[in-house]
Amino acid sequence: MELLANLGDGFAIALSWQNIGLALLGCFLGTIMGALPGLGPSNGVAILIPLAFTLGLGATPSLILLTSVYYGAMYGGRISSILLNIPGDEPAMMTCLDGHPMAKKGMAGEALSLSGIASFVGAFLATWGLILLAPQLVKIALLFGPAEYFALFALAFMTLGGVSSTNQAKSAFAAALGLGLATIGVDTQTGVPRFTFGEVHLYDGLDFLVAIVGLFALSEVFIFLETRHGGSDAAGRKLTIGKLYPPVSMIRQTTPTMLRTSFLGFIAGVLPGAGASLGSFISYSMEKKLVDKEGTFGTGDPRGVAAPEAGNNAAAGGALVPMLALGVPGSGTTAVLLAVLLALNITPGPLLFSQNPDVVWGLIAALFIANFMLLAMNIPMVGLFTRVLMIPSRILMPIVAMVSFVGIYGISGSTFDLLVMIGFGVMGWGLRKLDVPLVPIILGTLLGNAMENNLRRAVTIDNGNWWTLFDSPLSIALWAIAIIGFVLPLIVGARVKAKMHQRRDEEGAISD
Amino acid sequence: MSDRIFGVFGIILAAGYVFAALAIEESFLSDAVGPKAFPLIIAAILALSGAVIALRPDPEPHWPAMARLAEVAAAVVVLILYAEMLPVAGFVIATAFAAAYLAWRLGSGPLETVAVGAGTSIGIYVTFHLILGLSLAKGPLGF
Repeated sequence: MELLANLGDGFAIALSWQNIGLALLGCFLGTIMGALPGLGPSNGVAILIPLAFTLGLGATPSLILLTSVYYGAMYGGRISSILLNIPGDEPAMMTCLDGHPMAKKGMAGEALSLSGIASFVGAFLATWGLILLAPQLVKIALLFGPAEYFALFALAFMTLGGVSSTNQAKSAFAAALGLGLATIGVDTQTGVPRFTFGEVHLYDGLDFLVAIVGLFALSEVFIFLETRHGGSDAAGRKLTIGKLYPPVSMIRQTTPTMLRTSFLGFIAGVLPGAGASLGSFISYSMEKKLVDKEGTFGTGDPRGVAAPEAGNNAAAGGALVPMLALGVPGSGTTAVLLAVLLALNITPGPLLFSQNPDVVWGLIAALFIANFMLLAMNIPMVGLFTRVLMIPSRILMPIVAMVSFVGIYGISGSTFDLLVMIGFGVMGWGLRKLDVPLVPIILGTLLGNAMENNLRRAVTIDNGNWWTLFDSPLSIALWAIAIIGFVLPLIVGARVKAKMHQRRDEEGAISD
Repeated sequence: MSDRIFGVFGIILAAGYVFAALAIEESFLSDAVGPKAFPLIIAAILALSGAVIALRPDPEPHWPAMARLAEVAAAVVVLILYAEMLPVAGFVIATAFAAAYLAWRLGSGPLETVAVGAGTSIGIYVTFHLILGLSLAKGPLGF
């Protein structure tokens, strides 16, 4: 009952005209960002964060805008997968397998609307999952002391590595790099400056928004400059959509698929570090094993479109659970959203639910609203979003770059921050070439201070005894999961990842 | 080879980090752990993972030819100039040039280059300054 009352309060907040307007704007922009090849939820949100700040929006409205972008981009990712066979980002990869063959059979409209419905089902069920699971997780989190929190942060980094890259050493390197960047600035406990090289601008530490926009948005521009000179992705291709609504029989056929994969995707999203890519992959694989008796998966089977889309949208919702309840994001984009919360002086974690219930419940209500808006927007208006795909990158990328600059300059008005952002852009470009994942860097920059503070508090409370970190059953359990999370992918992770790419390549090759 | 160089670079980075960490002055306020310990732990992870990367490199990544590399470098220079010129030339002028440069290098023709430059600059100015009231850098001409 209390849940429903809270949710009611949330809707009262989310249903103000300003918030509805922001949700609409976020859904629209998010779908576009997701649809454009190369841009996905994390860089979509990254580009728009500084704007939310410069507009001077409060905590709840900013969050509503940015989570609408997040959900919108998860919806939009399927459009270029289906029409062009180019996934906008990794979670949308599996949708290419059956979505593009369907489009080739002249069923692009049906594939788009079916995947829109699957996205809705996945995200809708995951939002309920969030409501039911997050408060339970908060109860466990209340048992956490500094030592347990330190172990939890370690767990987040160690499990993140296994999924975000095939190379554990590179993930560890990226995490350490991010943590190192977080130590720049005046030490909060003792007040001594660290790694500032006497530069006054660095006394406050690196602004993680600057790092995020540089790493995600600007590096994308450099990649385009390097690889797609004069190229356009969609221009010149004729995109026909055809019928906009799927037949009832197709919906009936795919309903069990959507329900099963929503559940699976949600679980994948809740696991720290796993996120939406894994959600769509295991959803597709499981569904193929379970129902593909005739071997039609990969040739344009509607169930093969519904499964990954329900799975990755459910995972997107699931990833919000640890982010809100523990302050440990479950995916790259939720790491970016965590940055938003921290920049708004809101600390996610168990106290968030008791101290800022308006933020939590307003956000959850907004997720429901955004989800309905996206469904309404994505089926009849899909033709409009498709036209966006025709904008060539040579026009789009300058706009992306300039908007990133405006956002950062609008927050700080400082040239120094812009130069740091360019530096991060170059670094992001180089690291992407070397296949070093960027998400652990962001996570390290974000969580570094909290991690260090918890470490120092834990050891100081126990009079300098470092074993205190491994003292309670809870922290031992967390360390154990962390180690399993780090070691297991060494054995199976690379295989899963390789299979994921191989399957796309193989089946993509057949359909082309 | 790239990974070997990268790994060695990681180790050097870790060494520099240790060096800088040891130079942090202790404060009279120090706690049981102090401001040096956490950076030293990070340095250890950095060095260790750097060593693993160097010893077990991935297959060589696809590096672009010199010409494309120069392309990226030139864009970086232009963006640095843009950041420096923003307070001097003002938002509208600086942005028009930077956006036009990027459009040109990404393959736009002369007409499109001018259109993208002017369009991006004016579009952002109208949306963010005139409609949303964001303060952008003023130039000598007052906009």
